[in-house]
Amino acid sequence: MPSLILTRLRQGKRTLAFPKTEPVLPDRFRGLPVLDHARCPSGCTSCADACPTDAITTDGGLQIDLGRCLFCPECANACPQGAIRFTSQYQLATSNRNDLLLTEGETVRLASRLAEQTHRVLGRSLKLRQVSAGGCNGCEADVNVLNTVVFDLGRFGIQFVASPRHADGLLITGAVTQNMRLALEKTYSAIPEPKIVIAVGACAISGGPFRDHPEVLNGSDSVVPVDLYVPGCPPHPVTILDGLLRLIGKIKGSPDNRNRRAKNRTRMP
Amino acid sequence: MATALSSFRAGEAIPLQRIPNLSIAEFRTAILSLMSSTCRLASLFGMPAENGDVRLIAVAADSATNRLSILSTKVGQSYPCLTLECPQAHWFEREIAEQWQVHPQGHPWLKPIRFHAPYRSGNNLSPAPVPGVTDFFAMAGEEVHEVAVGPVHAGIIEPGHFRFQCHGEEVFHLEISLGYQHRGVERALVGGPGKRTIHLMETLCGDTSIGHSTAYCEAIEALGGTAVSARAQVMRGVALELERLANHTGDLGALAGDVGYLPSAAYCGRIRGDFLNLTASLCGSRFGRGLIRPGGVGFEVDKPLLAKLREQLEAALKDVEDAVALLWNASSVQARFEHTGTITRETCEALGLVGPVARACGVERDIRQDFPSGIFRFAQIPMSKGNSGDVFARAWVRWIEIRRSGAFLREQFASMPDGPIVSRAGPLLPDHLVVSLVEGWRGEICHVAITDAHGRFARYKIVDPSFHNWMGLAIAMRNQQISDFPLCNKSFNLSYCGHDL
Repeated sequence: MPSLILTRLRQGKRTLAFPKTEPVLPDRFRGLPVLDHARCPSGCTSCADACPTDAITTDGGLQIDLGRCLFCPECANACPQGAIRFTSQYQLATSNRNDLLLTEGETVRLASRLAEQTHRVLGRSLKLRQVSAGGCNGCEADVNVLNTVVFDLGRFGIQFVASPRHADGLLITGAVTQNMRLALEKTYSAIPEPKIVIAVGACAISGGPFRDHPEVLNGSDSVVPVDLYVPGCPPHPVTILDGLLRLIGKIKGSPDNRNRRAKNRTRMP
Repeated sequence: MATALSSFRAGEAIPLQRIPNLSIAEFRTAILSLMSSTCRLASLFGMPAENGDVRLIAVAADSATNRLSILSTKVGQSYPCLTLECPQAHWFEREIAEQWQVHPQGHPWLKPIRFHAPYRSGNNLSPAPVPGVTDFFAMAGEEVHEVAVGPVHAGIIEPGHFRFQCHGEEVFHLEISLGYQHRGVERALVGGPGKRTIHLMETLCGDTSIGHSTAYCEAIEALGGTAVSARAQVMRGVALELERLANHTGDLGALAGDVGYLPSAAYCGRIRGDFLNLTASLCGSRFGRGLIRPGGVGFEVDKPLLAKLREQLEAALKDVEDAVALLWNASSVQARFEHTGTITRETCEALGLVGPVARACGVERDIRQDFPSGIFRFAQIPMSKGNSGDVFARAWVRWIEIRRSGAFLREQFASMPDGPIVSRAGPLLPDHLVVSLVEGWRGEICHVAITDAHGRFARYKIVDPSFHNWMGLAIAMRNQQISDFPLCNKSFNLSYCGHDL
């Protein structure tokens, strides 16, 4: 017993003060990309050619689909001019699929609060059912982390529950395999109205690295309507939390500018 | 009589014509004789051959001599199965039947493992089965009942279907039906490598990104004749051990949670994140995405970063020591861990189990010792073993491995060699085969790459440790209380997506 108390004292309080204070992310964290088409030599398609999920298009200006983006270093490494750089902005979740299409000079339109009526019902107590439908356990792990003392999801009134009948919404990870389609549809239909759907990760938004494999359905909105898209591969836990809190109106507005600063990164030679 | 090509190393490219092509009778005899010695089946798979036939290729690993053997045969529609005499082949033969529609005659329990349409083209092939719709073992009698769970589970975990045959609280048999996560990874790799290949390796089993991407890179470096610098090898070893530390710590916390011991559960849940954040300091991703690349690694470590990593590591190791010590001193925890989900050494060897699960049964089986590659050829991590084969032993082995991985990291951080972090990867040798082996945190990861005449993948076979170990979990549940299933399951913590591919 004394050792238990001493350990408790040594381990201390580790819950992030987020969202009151900004989280400290690793220096090499790859968040929102910024595009600078002016740096592109004419006809250059190096970044698009390097992108494993064809998230980048170069015809008619540079555009990146954050819903497909794996936030891998390949495009930035392929561009000697630095026309694509990743910033440390972790706020990435959107309410609409189209808001994930990022063009030069635009900033991403982050998710807005649920519609008034739904918010009145779910805003203070949101129970979610999680379904992994072809996920790699990356997104699942970083959703699970929200339940640890570090993020302490429960303090925001959000909780993962064991039955769809107890849930207000569905959080989906994975590219949605043919083999999970039925289970996903049944889970969705078992949730009482009003209900919401959250797609976490590149797979759940677009199929991710498995896009266009005949074994998958290229993401969740092929099966159910989606209310929140959280891009990343996997998204950082704080990106997921930020999205959830925007959805229930506990975070509003755009991130402050200091997060958007692009930084020097160590490049692959 | 022609026998197996023995005595080749993991990570050694061999020309396809050197692989003995035996008759099915010789193939069976050779495998059974290898398995009766100190060998184990690391991989057994099919690939298309001429005239619509299927070529079966077997890779046997001999931990005693640290050598691999390989042999092959050609089959048409069926062949006499190996499983009856060699239980380790059980799951492999089910996979072969599902992928190539080759019938292993006499297989005692032939049914799909992933529920997909066959890869073999031609007539008279079965359509894709419906996931989970298949025969299950069933019991009948008074007070006998069946419990079916999944594919969707109560927590934030991947899907799988579990069917328990119970008598009261006691489980007589558990059958596990997977395939819900099947994304067609192996099929998509044929014709590669391409720009998506490394990303498929990082996400085929996302909690083992480092393990699988390392196995892949070692395979194509062997085929491309690429020499990886000492510095890059050290960084790969560091990343692999960080992956082990994070997952073992998470597992110990989850085991504590499953017996209702919340202090260690809460602390370990957080400390797991501290280890993931160390990997993120290296490459920006908590799961090591972008770190392991053909020819070396994708990110440099400079002096200030190294100092920061060492500081982060010491803090996390100190915390984990503190948090896990509580487990061993709590009699309530020990009472639940001991004698739960026991697997005997004999069962472990018969089923060909791998990783901490096998070592917990007292079996010496660790790729870092038996078939070391990269830095593990020079810096040896002592093997961590248990002997009781129960939940306690599986937890204890993880704990010893945490300490030893920590010691390894301290050593490597103190003496990082200089040099480039990436070497140019050459084109792949045509018509060659390479086997690469990596000890991931769950156990043996085996990749077999086979190139065609143009140096593209004709077949890329992946065996995640979970492929060997799912059957072990089913056996561990026999004669256990059904309420101990979460605890037993967590003590294995197997991958669904790594199995389903």
